[in-house]
Amino acid sequence: MEVIESQIDTAGDEYRANYERMQELVEDLKAQLKKARQERSEKAVKRNQELGKLTVQERLDRLLDRNTPWLEIAPLAAKGMYDGKVHGAGTRAGIGVVKGREVLVHANDPMIKGGTVYPMGVKKTLRCQTISMENNLPMLMLVDSGGAYLPLQSEIFPDSDDGGRIFYNQAIMSKMNIPQITAVLGLCTAGGAYIPAMSDHVVHVTGTGAIFLGGPPLVRAATGEEVTAEDLGGAMVHCRESGVSDYFAEDDAHAMQLVRDITALLPTVEKSRVPTRAAKPPLYDPKEIWGVVPKAISTPYDVREILARIADGSEFLEFKALYGPTLVCGWTYVHGHQIGILGNNGVLFSDSSLKATQFISLCDRQGIPLVFLQNINGYIIGREYERGGITKDGHKMVHAVSTATVPKFTVIIGASFGAGNYGMCGRGYSPRFLWMWPNAQIGVMGGEQAADVLVSVKNDQLARAGQPPLPSEMVDNIRKPIIQSAFNEGNAYYSTANLWDDGILDPASTRDVLGLAVSASLNASLEDRNQGHGTFRM
Amino acid sequence: MFSKILVANRGEIAVRIMRTAREMGIATVAVYSDVDADSPHVIASDEAVFLGEADPSACYLNVEKIVAAAKHTGAEAIHPGYGFLAENPVFAKAVSDEGLVFIGPPAEVMEDLGNKTVARRIMAEGKVPIIPGMISCEADVDRLCSAADEIGYPVVVKAAAGGGGKGMRIVEARKDMAEAVELARSEALTAFGDPTIYLEKCLDRPRHVEFQILADTRGNVIHVFERECSIQRRHQKIIEETPSPALDEDLRERMGAAAVAAARAAGYVNAGTVEFLLDGSGKFYFLEVNTRLQVEHPITEMITGLDLVRSQIEIAAGQPLRFSRQDLTRRGHAIECRIYAEDPEADFMPSPGKILFMRSPEGPGVRFDHGIQTGYHVPVNYDPILGKLVVWAEDRPAAIERMIRSLRECVILGVKTPIEFLIEVLSSEEFKSGNTHTCFIRDNCAAWKPDRGEDALAAMGFVAHEMAAPSFGTSTDESSTKSGPSSPWQTLGAWDLAR
Repeated sequence: MEVIESQIDTAGDEYRANYERMQELVEDLKAQLKKARQERSEKAVKRNQELGKLTVQERLDRLLDRNTPWLEIAPLAAKGMYDGKVHGAGTRAGIGVVKGREVLVHANDPMIKGGTVYPMGVKKTLRCQTISMENNLPMLMLVDSGGAYLPLQSEIFPDSDDGGRIFYNQAIMSKMNIPQITAVLGLCTAGGAYIPAMSDHVVHVTGTGAIFLGGPPLVRAATGEEVTAEDLGGAMVHCRESGVSDYFAEDDAHAMQLVRDITALLPTVEKSRVPTRAAKPPLYDPKEIWGVVPKAISTPYDVREILARIADGSEFLEFKALYGPTLVCGWTYVHGHQIGILGNNGVLFSDSSLKATQFISLCDRQGIPLVFLQNINGYIIGREYERGGITKDGHKMVHAVSTATVPKFTVIIGASFGAGNYGMCGRGYSPRFLWMWPNAQIGVMGGEQAADVLVSVKNDQLARAGQPPLPSEMVDNIRKPIIQSAFNEGNAYYSTANLWDDGILDPASTRDVLGLAVSASLNASLEDRNQGHGTFRM
Repeated sequence: MFSKILVANRGEIAVRIMRTAREMGIATVAVYSDVDADSPHVIASDEAVFLGEADPSACYLNVEKIVAAAKHTGAEAIHPGYGFLAENPVFAKAVSDEGLVFIGPPAEVMEDLGNKTVARRIMAEGKVPIIPGMISCEADVDRLCSAADEIGYPVVVKAAAGGGGKGMRIVEARKDMAEAVELARSEALTAFGDPTIYLEKCLDRPRHVEFQILADTRGNVIHVFERECSIQRRHQKIIEETPSPALDEDLRERMGAAAVAAARAAGYVNAGTVEFLLDGSGKFYFLEVNTRLQVEHPITEMITGLDLVRSQIEIAAGQPLRFSRQDLTRRGHAIECRIYAEDPEADFMPSPGKILFMRSPEGPGVRFDHGIQTGYHVPVNYDPILGKLVVWAEDRPAAIERMIRSLRECVILGVKTPIEFLIEVLSSEEFKSGNTHTCFIRDNCAAWKPDRGEDALAAMGFVAHEMAAPSFGTSTDESSTKSGPSSPWQTLGAWDLAR
């Protein structure tokens, strides 16, 4: 395979300026991640200690194999929402290794609002279940939750993708033969009681773990009966009398050991084979990506510079290099796994769309995972292009992306605007995972363009009414809030808070994240895919 | 025989002495300073006594502390190695005053021979040829100048207490005398605590040829052949060999006899070395007696099969020499290269630091006496010798090739070493032809620069690239259950987005 030769001057001023700016963004990101993991009220910490419980981090440390990766999912979900303290939507979730087996772990954090479930918490749990199902990863749940956060119950309970869906998914996952192991480490109240109940294995910690449909306050209100949580749904009750729980645990640490033991007994999964070879690092330091990405999102740059810092040995076999040059397509290896990769080098034209369609179709037929590096302002517009059929060529690309059944992975490395988001496998196109870089922006169009469009629509209205166009100060008054809100609602943190993605990445870690994700995705079989596509408009 | 000895030294020579002691069933005591706490010589010993701070006066030069350490540990004798207190008669006296045995000559002999002018007088009386020059000390520049006029320029200003090239200055003309004297005096004062100096004639490109002497307490004195140590930098030997390519049997006999005569004249006991300068016409002159084990003693051991340290210990224990001159035969050719932490590109200035990696040369005929290991920190406080690479082969050309091969095998990274330079010297036609003398390096290698050809650069680039590659985390037993191809889940280690 050919080696990408970087054209970047790592000693130049531009590089240094870019680097410093990205460094700032990454440092901020790391600080946010740290805060989400660590910022807990003193009261909650004290309460947790008094109950003799481990923190979520301590539970994870005991559960996961030592010195193995932990790919956290949506660690900044719900960031800035509610009172700003529902870190990670109240849960820690991620893919880790237990007894050599890749698993999805989902843990309530009782030190955040008593582990109560917020609307974004439901969304995150559902997202984890989707990941578990798509990638055939056993799901380990560490339950410690006071149940739904009642003031927001209307956003949690009734709709198709609300609380009920969690238990529906659990049943479906069971049918799909995806192992589910639950450790009851605190309260599992009402709906929460179904999480263990619907699992294959339930480990129950005595003294702190309790499962009941109605907790003591509800029982008191309904029947006047005075009962303790332990007596109502403790480990002794459920392991000895009701049979709701399967394994009696003395404490959290014991429970984590039991979950590990159970995981070790799960049938082994033969990972799907994709073409592989020995992994090797890129020739260029992935951290140089910091200096490659221009400060302004509108400044174009060659996505091959990113590939050179992601791909094994910086090697890349480019497909149709001379055709449709605004989209770079080709094959490479990441951590030893062959992938087909698509990266934007400008807006999508008819030729680049057709090239993408062919490339995606090739990878799909050959069973090669697809990686999309999104930095796209959309498809080309204008009279000439509409006449050239850009819409039907764009359609082909969107169709191919939609129907491709190989694992797809998307990283938004810059702009993600308009239908470009669709063609390049946005969240709606079911990539197995989607991440953003901290500099990325997402929206129907860029803030500037949106503002221009609105001003021009307004002027059209005025013209139709026979009035003069807007004076320039009025134009500014219209433009400013549009640009501001496009930024506020289009930046990476807004996206990740809303779970439009699975997390924000340090660009330098993109290679490792892709390697981990591709490898994890292979837990699901590639053999019995429903390959093929519908009708292409020609 | 002693049951326990203390080795009042550090580094490779301490390790080397302890090896022989161990073979003789003698327990060893090491002494060390705070920078040497984990040094190989401490590890090689049976017990170790901490002396104090790194400054030599607080440790390896501290007579009181070392004698106390010997008393405390019950050592019966002290081996001083070379350098530090090895030629200090005060130390030797302090040792014997405490009822301990000093493994070396008696203090008074040491004192006589340690003063070069006294030594020259003794040798002159014993009919040993000496270098034309003064036999007493002088500080007055004018009188030195008139002495120099008599001897004839160029002359060498030498420290009377000198050794190891310290306090030595060559004066080409009268006008340079004052400055040379000043420098030599201050250097001598710093190095030996004695600023007295004298003059000798400076010979033109002489060879340095020395004879190993063994003398027991029963009056037996023999020589154990010569060593040629002409390849020197900064007046210090870096390549030594035996036999000397300049000696035939007749000259060897005559010089050996002179050496024995010198030892007898001084009343010498134990192992010592009589140094001569040999000029192009075959005339030789007494230079000095080193009243200790020489750094380069292993080459004599290589060609004779003797263990000179064993002989030293036996002599010190009052035993007679176990062999006569006639019993000794020599075979083949031996070469020693001294490997210092020094920069041959910067006038051999010391280059202390941490040894990041080392690989010892091995194979037939190779002996590497060293006191270092990977991770060892070469302290700034002491002589930066790392080790001595010694080879033996059947003849001189084979020994040269073997030394070059061994030097190429020898890898010491992290500090600068003269390894490449030594290879260059050994590979030169001048050296191969045996045309060696004390100005060899000045004449032949003054502008030496290592060959940084593109091949070497490319190789270094490759190595740097390999080393700079992201290191994969170690996979634990728990995660080593692989299914399918190698996976970053098993190779990345404790990876985390938030890190």
